[in-house]
Amino acid sequence: MNPPNQAAKFIWLLAVVLFVLHQDYWWWSDQSIVFGFLPIGLAYHAIYSLLAAVLWALAVKFVWPTAWETWADEKDQERPRH
Amino acid sequence: MTPYIPLFVIGGYLIGLLILGLVSNMFFRGTSGDYFVASRSIGPFMLLMSVFGTTMTAFALVGSTGKAYTTGIGVYGLMASWSGLIHSACFFLVGIKLWAIGKRYGYTTQCQFFRDRFESPALGYMLFPVLVALIIPYLLIGLLGAGAVVRGLTIKMFPHVFASTNGAIPPWLTGLVVCGVVLTYVFVGGVRSTAWANTFQTLVFMLTGVIAFFMIAKALGGPSAATRIVGEHSDKHSLLMRNGHIGRWQFFTYLFVPLSVGMFPHLFQHWLTARSAKTFRLTVIFHPICIMIVWVPCILIGVWAAGKGLVPPPGANQNAILGVAVKRLVASPWLAGLLTAGILAAIMSSLDSQFMCVGSMFTNDIAIRLCGSQSLSDRQKLNLARGFVVFVVIVTYLISLVTTKHIFDLAVWCFSGYAALFPIVLAAVYWKRATGSAVITAVSVTVVVWAFLFKQSGYGGEYLLFSHWFDKTDGIMPVAVITMACFLTLVVVSWMTSPPSAQTVSKFFPDFKKEQATNQ
Repeated sequence: MNPPNQAAKFIWLLAVVLFVLHQDYWWWSDQSIVFGFLPIGLAYHAIYSLLAAVLWALAVKFVWPTAWETWADEKDQERPRH
Repeated sequence: MTPYIPLFVIGGYLIGLLILGLVSNMFFRGTSGDYFVASRSIGPFMLLMSVFGTTMTAFALVGSTGKAYTTGIGVYGLMASWSGLIHSACFFLVGIKLWAIGKRYGYTTQCQFFRDRFESPALGYMLFPVLVALIIPYLLIGLLGAGAVVRGLTIKMFPHVFASTNGAIPPWLTGLVVCGVVLTYVFVGGVRSTAWANTFQTLVFMLTGVIAFFMIAKALGGPSAATRIVGEHSDKHSLLMRNGHIGRWQFFTYLFVPLSVGMFPHLFQHWLTARSAKTFRLTVIFHPICIMIVWVPCILIGVWAAGKGLVPPPGANQNAILGVAVKRLVASPWLAGLLTAGILAAIMSSLDSQFMCVGSMFTNDIAIRLCGSQSLSDRQKLNLARGFVVFVVIVTYLISLVTTKHIFDLAVWCFSGYAALFPIVLAAVYWKRATGSAVITAVSVTVVVWAFLFKQSGYGGEYLLFSHWFDKTDGIMPVAVITMACFLTLVVVSWMTSPPSAQTVSKFFPDFKKEQATNQ
């Protein structure tokens, strides 16, 4: 990977925050319903899944391992053309 | 005629799948490279669908619904939301590097990579039986899931033919048909056929899952009424929360289970099919969303089924609850058939990849190693792969006839084995100092600890460690202990043994700055 820059640090910090937020003790015994049908404990984790997608979208955008990609693609350039 | 309509729909779906396999065969280049990694030509959407379809097996639909039926909404947090975070992390941090190394050096299987990375031919022979042994329960989950769902759907349909199962199609027959169909299209077109079928089947099961959700909700008076019924039920209302069903340490230590994707051999093979590293982007981002689309409806259906008072048929366990819900609550036989076909799609989209990878591993890691690549023609390589797949399928099928385990718990044990080996793949791509001797010791320790705890669990039941430290519903997941045992062994023995050669280190840990300077 490239040396960590500010964006990378921010993304890994977000990952840690998301990791901690998984353990939602505060909804443990809560049977509240949101949107009329969704138990709060389930709704929270559904939103959590969406946040995970956002996190990985940021990772793809800002800390993509370009060097590995280029290194792997050099194989194609080395291959003799017929 | 009407009672048999669901079976006609399922039959039509299976025939459609076979036709898809034959069509994909027209693109088959006839080489073992094309058979095993589709000439590394798979694009972003197909990679997303095939990777997601492969990871979502009977466990995701049948198992999650059955588990939510008894344990409630917390099942989503146990597996689905952890998986959204950790699966994508594995794809991003490990998958892309493995793809790059695999492409650069032409690897087809995990064992080939580990053998070279850790400078140990013995490691390949050691890992092969471990990976195959762990894939058998994974295949078993698929067969059990398919059997349970079709059984739930076809109760009283053939009272004279299948009297022992209350007129339902018995699981042995469903297993036979499913194995036959999947084996056919895998044999015809290899991994390309598998990727095509996976893409098609993933779309089918995601769509039918959403349809099933709305149909079942409608039958219960709408989503709000369905949830209200559970809340008003004197025994079942607690399914709307985690308290009393899932312990806090259990909830936390489930995080180790999704690490298994880093070591699934069939996923490794799918990664290698990617056309470029960019192909991974869609998978990394959308995998958590796809999980949510499939799991939220399944969890709610399981909880609603409990509130409604649905019960599995006599002789069946909670695995059958999804099939029962579809049969009892979906009025249209056409839709019931379509929804069951969707569930089978989810199951088959995993089975095919697993069949494929078992064959690849046997050919590349055992046959070619022992006989030499030059002494085997491409056709012989393909036939060896196919022969070994048939052997593994027969073994799994026979086990499926006698096992009665819950899919969810059995799956967690299978995933635990792969997850426990995750430190090895992580070290392979991030820790230069990791040595072959350490990996061999770590694999041995993992096997011993896993086998011991598996036995303690009653061979595949739900089992928590150190429960006496907590209240009766809490404890540490065995996977956490097994993974830590593997990790510690790997670290300690690596430091005690000679480091890998400089040549190996430079091969697997390229110095990009130096390479850039050389190219300029």
